[in-house]
Amino acid sequence: MANLQAIVAEKFPEAEIVNGETLELNVPDAKWHSLATMLKDEFGFDNLTALIGMDWGDLLGVVYYLTNTSTWEMVRVKVTTADRVKPMLHSITDLYAVAGIYEREVYDFYGIIFINHPDMRRLFLRNDWVGFPFRKDYDANPEVNPVRLDHEKVDDVTVSYVETAPGKIEKRKVEIFSPEQFVVNIGPQHPATHGVLRLRTAVDGETITKIDLYLGYIHRGIEKLCEGLTYPQTLHFTDRLDYLSAMINRHALCLCVEKAMNIEVPRRAQVIRVMMDELMRISSHLLAIGTFCMDLGATTMLFYPLRERETILDILERTTGARMTFNYNCIGGVIADLDPNFQTDVKKLLEIMPKAIKEYNKVFTGNVIAHNRMDGVGVLSDPDAKDYNCTGPTGRASGWACDIRKRHPYGIYSELQFEEVVRHEGDSMARFKARISEMEQSCRILAQLVDQIPEGDICAKVPKIIKLPEGHWFQQVEACRGAFGVYIESAGGNQPLRVKFNSPGFCLAGAVDHLTRGEKIADLITIGGSLDYVVPDIDR
Amino acid sequence: MEVTTKSMPYGDWKDNEYIEGMVNELKANGVNVVVGSLDKLINWGRSNSIWPLTFATSCCGIEFISLGAARYDMARFGWEVARSSPRQADFMMVAGTIVHRMAPVVRRLYDQLAEPKYVIATGGCAISGGPFRHSYHVVKGVGEIIPVDVYCPGCPPRPEAMIYAIMQLSRKIKVERFFGGVNRQEKQQDFLKNHPLDKMTD
Repeated sequence: MANLQAIVAEKFPEAEIVNGETLELNVPDAKWHSLATMLKDEFGFDNLTALIGMDWGDLLGVVYYLTNTSTWEMVRVKVTTADRVKPMLHSITDLYAVAGIYEREVYDFYGIIFINHPDMRRLFLRNDWVGFPFRKDYDANPEVNPVRLDHEKVDDVTVSYVETAPGKIEKRKVEIFSPEQFVVNIGPQHPATHGVLRLRTAVDGETITKIDLYLGYIHRGIEKLCEGLTYPQTLHFTDRLDYLSAMINRHALCLCVEKAMNIEVPRRAQVIRVMMDELMRISSHLLAIGTFCMDLGATTMLFYPLRERETILDILERTTGARMTFNYNCIGGVIADLDPNFQTDVKKLLEIMPKAIKEYNKVFTGNVIAHNRMDGVGVLSDPDAKDYNCTGPTGRASGWACDIRKRHPYGIYSELQFEEVVRHEGDSMARFKARISEMEQSCRILAQLVDQIPEGDICAKVPKIIKLPEGHWFQQVEACRGAFGVYIESAGGNQPLRVKFNSPGFCLAGAVDHLTRGEKIADLITIGGSLDYVVPDIDR
Repeated sequence: MEVTTKSMPYGDWKDNEYIEGMVNELKANGVNVVVGSLDKLINWGRSNSIWPLTFATSCCGIEFISLGAARYDMARFGWEVARSSPRQADFMMVAGTIVHRMAPVVRRLYDQLAEPKYVIATGGCAISGGPFRHSYHVVKGVGEIIPVDVYCPGCPPRPEAMIYAIMQLSRKIKVERFFGGVNRQEKQQDFLKNHPLDKMTD
């Protein structure tokens, strides 16, 4: 890192270097693309972990988090512009594929145009939406944007702002689908898209040639809502993002606030949190493989995993009182103590699970139809997984060891014995098997902890009014679908300036086009099911 | 007249006065015995085989899956035939937040349902916008765009609550007039008149 700092200082004298939580580089926009190229090619920062749009009032800008996937070092880059009328920054879509979808999100929320981005359309909001909602001066009057009941026009043409010579920007029309292409609309109401995802699919016979992704059918503006609430009030939104990894998401936000306030969480609370996370992971993977198999036509394989899932939900319900949206973690610990029967229940579950997993393998994994449907379908290579930032079981099925529990251990994960499941085939079958193996590893973690829950407080002493100092914090955890990041920027006070939930599903959805090209249209369902995105997690 | 379903005694229902009101309306608009008996027969059949449209946007949808699975087993009541096409469904379980972009789609799905059709607003979001009520992109209750028959509160409602809501709907079906439209048709027409579609662009 010291080496990097010296070289950046030498080659980019304009850059401002700050040593914070991670190394921070503030560069002017003109130098950003060449800095990104250097970081990627010479320093191995080959993964764009997060791209966060920001509005500081006077300045608009973007914060980038880049990761070196061999050393797992992170660097933060800030690029700003003072132009609020037509803000423009340079795109890095040519370096990081995932930037394509991230930058469209920033354009949608902040109106920042990315130069050389091939497709500058809105992503979440209707294309006739007025204003950019995440700007601090956004007019939230419902008369400006009423509930419209007319269908929006679908575009076959998009715009791109291309830099022809330094400083000279040309607006060009780019064709998404040519008039000759046969386009099938899938979604937003479709039983196999796992929620309200809309895919406009161009097909040549049965082969998919291109997919145009439409998001925002469940975009609830959670991040904007957070800006008007105090920190404890924002917590419940995380349960409703990816409701299948509710505990883990909330754990992430709590960790981020605790990091900012330097709160030491009691040991008992830490153990409880990890156990809850792992229970959540098992229940999520059970539902994931269940719905995935049902999409492929195996209805029995939906009912078997759901049977075990109910057992886990019972355990969670006895402690938290809810089957979903638990509201259990809080800043400083957890909100209530464990149910007296918690340990016996978990032990019972640990007895059931190995048998159940054996049963799933017997019923489905070895099935010849399953192999025909899943083997070699939707292959994602290791470099592509990093390029598209596909983390979680998807990334690990492609051979990328990206488990945050191992790479940036949080809580008590560094003390625990478990294996990171890595497979190398990268196809749908590998993703399916990775989930099954992860359930076994989660059981292993639970078995280590179930008799080791220490006595003590369940929550640290926190001030009545939670105020964060000025600054910014980024915290990642391993959610069920991949690395879930929380970014908080505070200007002091009890409300955040910006909260960003960097969800794994968003990047997975961004990779759908890449994964399905050249595959048969029936395999679209297989690929979508194996990625296992949750749409409210994508749309937020 | 005590309107109930086989699985629950009349006294256990929470809002019998509401159904009583509907019964009185039915009585006030009396018909001859043939039509009345036919009505009763048809409604008995319909109320025991209401098919849902699989329409879920968020958390409530997962509870709806649980409702279909072995523990809660909605097949016991004749609702298990969840259809993916609105043309084949009787009612729409709006499970989850409805946002601006989704609103025209919901309205179109509702219009595509074959008559007689019903709507259950499931969960806080579909009822009023729930925790996201103040968001710039959330519709403050699905009742703003389509007429709702039953509200099922919760965040998300437990599968038991969903069972109660659908049973409540089947009670409502029992006290409507299939020939003539007492108890629902006129209200539905009124609603659609007051909430016209904007200009259609495609």
